[in-house]
Amino acid sequence: MSETRFRNLKNMPSVHLLGTGTPMCAGCGGLEALHELYDVLGPRSVFVNAAGCMTLLAAYPFTPFRGSWLYTAMASAPAGAQGVRDALDILVATGRLPPEEDLDVVVLTGDGAAYGMGLSATSGAIERGLDFLYLCYDNEGYGNTGQQYSAATPRGARTATSLGPRGYPGDKKPLFDIWVAHRPAYVATVIGAEPLDLARKVETAQRLKGPRLLIALSPCPTGWDFDPRETVQIGQLAVKSGVWPLKEYVDGRVTHTKVPRQRVPVEEYLQRQGRFAHLFAPRRDEALLGEIQAKVDAYWAAVDRDADRVPSP
Amino acid sequence: MSRQLLTGNGAAAWGARLAEIDYVPAFPITPQTEIIEALGGWIDRGEMGGRMVTLESEHSMITAAGAAAATGVRVFSATSSQGLLHAMEMIYTVAGWRAPFVLVNVSRGLASPITLEADHNDVLAARDAGFLQIHCSTCQEVLDSVLLAYRLAEHPRVRLPAIVNLDGFYLSFTREPVEIPDPACVRGFLPPFDAENIRFRASVPESQAVAVLSGAAYSYFRYETHLAAMEALEAYEVVAEDFAARLGRRHPAVDAYRCADAEYAFVMIGSFATKARDAVDRLREAGWRIGLLRPRLLRPFPVQAMRSALAGRRAVAVIDQNLSVGKGGILHAELASALYGAADAPPILASFVGGLGGRDIAPEELFEIARVLRAASETGETPPPRLLFTADELRETRKLQAIARVERHELGNRP
Repeated sequence: MSETRFRNLKNMPSVHLLGTGTPMCAGCGGLEALHELYDVLGPRSVFVNAAGCMTLLAAYPFTPFRGSWLYTAMASAPAGAQGVRDALDILVATGRLPPEEDLDVVVLTGDGAAYGMGLSATSGAIERGLDFLYLCYDNEGYGNTGQQYSAATPRGARTATSLGPRGYPGDKKPLFDIWVAHRPAYVATVIGAEPLDLARKVETAQRLKGPRLLIALSPCPTGWDFDPRETVQIGQLAVKSGVWPLKEYVDGRVTHTKVPRQRVPVEEYLQRQGRFAHLFAPRRDEALLGEIQAKVDAYWAAVDRDADRVPSP
Repeated sequence: MSRQLLTGNGAAAWGARLAEIDYVPAFPITPQTEIIEALGGWIDRGEMGGRMVTLESEHSMITAAGAAAATGVRVFSATSSQGLLHAMEMIYTVAGWRAPFVLVNVSRGLASPITLEADHNDVLAARDAGFLQIHCSTCQEVLDSVLLAYRLAEHPRVRLPAIVNLDGFYLSFTREPVEIPDPACVRGFLPPFDAENIRFRASVPESQAVAVLSGAAYSYFRYETHLAAMEALEAYEVVAEDFAARLGRRHPAVDAYRCADAEYAFVMIGSFATKARDAVDRLREAGWRIGLLRPRLLRPFPVQAMRSALAGRRAVAVIDQNLSVGKGGILHAELASALYGAADAPPILASFVGGLGGRDIAPEELFEIARVLRAASETGETPPPRLLFTADELRETRKLQAIARVERHELGNRP
């Protein structure tokens, strides 16, 4: 990472740009990440949104954004960004828009759109080299409709559509790897509970041109079933347990930006959340807990072997 | 001005070129592809300005088209059939953005079964979306209608996207002599796009297409969109008059052919209406007082013009090149609702469905329809809706079925 203006928390923006009083749930980890991103990015931006929780941020006639907004549909926010970006470029190139009136185009979607319905549109936007920023707030399920499992749901999680004793039987889709496989300008994982890491990544993304994509793991009090005051702690535990590796892809290399050397057991992260309660009561599901821990261990063992892993060809 | 032999697709591309569009989000689909190939070629060779981007689907294409229009540039796009349906969520969505642009649809029958040739179920599926709709029957009309559509869509009292429809194969791939107007004349008719307050720029933050949380707010914006579309009826008259004055061709909202003294009338849209036009000439030669009424503007629906054009006729046949499964011809239902209760409305409004998937409508069938109208007029009884299909066609279909049965038997897959 090049020289950063965010060396410590004192360097973080002191003015907060996103308005308050939104209809997001108390303790929303996605809103936390969006606040932090917006403070760095600034209001000279247009957010192109897909259907999800955050669609309700701008509900007529209110918006918490100081900049602009365009709601599209669940599957095609990146295509909306394509239209806006291309039109702005045309207007600037033909002298109909002064360059100082230009805007950063930011796609804002949940995991439902990013991991599933909108993946084709994202793939297209990346392959066309679209100059845009993408923030996916990933709360690991279709949260806006009551937390049914999505392609982002982790193994074992109870959701409204995985109520069995072993929770969701599938694995979380490796969206970071899928995005990286397209060789965009920048991909990173972030979390609101690590604001310095997030701010640096937004700063890096801002310096680059082309497709720049961020996935923010977004602890979700209503969907994950925990007290809203625990959002930050649970986010920190996601990083300390190694469940949510903080990393970035730039210049053909993946770098881990915050390696948890002394990883806490995954169950410390899991047992804070009601969606995993069935792994602990009425009796501990040692097999599934072991599986989840083993998967995290295997990931970090691979990272230790090859810290600057180049993504698979 | 020059006169060239152009296909319907070529005429559509020329319309876009003369409109000096800024942006073409594209996706190939038969029988539309020639339009985007022509535009792409002109742009790549520097013969026209603008940018073209091929998206990964029609859903994304219409999203990009609406988003670019909402940012303040003049946008053109084109599609067909399955592509229009794949984009349908966004067809409804972008209409509500009130950001005008023009979409050419090259009509093609819908799956299933999958096919390539024309009928109007694709474009009529977009009937209620909020796009204006202009339907063409000749290649000249295609070029002119693209220009008319921009002027109408961008009209300050309208500001809605518009679809210009032409039939796959029958127009898309048929060459006709087309007058290509002088660009300076077109500029006089169609000034550069004024985005008004619908655009994005840093100094004037704008939230577009935001959610509403009440039925009242939702209804307000939906009604507003509807009323804007209704404004297009009056605006069309002004725009078409100006087009005639500057470019010398008249394209009324409803084209009435030999209707003045007609006792009977065919009502049709699209290229097959030219078949009905020919049938009218031949029936007139045989002494019939019959005419053809062809609504070019289908959204907004020109109710008054249709009512007055049909007032006092003895019997009218609506020939639908579409089929609302479980109901019948769509245009027939549209017209019935427009005529119901109107003073002097024709007592007989008969429904015929034909031309599905490019199936021909032969002159003899149109003569038969005229005879049905006269018989109905004499008895005063409306005939039942009729699905056009000949004994020959049934025999050909039976042959295919026989081959299929024999082949299955040969392969030992007898059910």
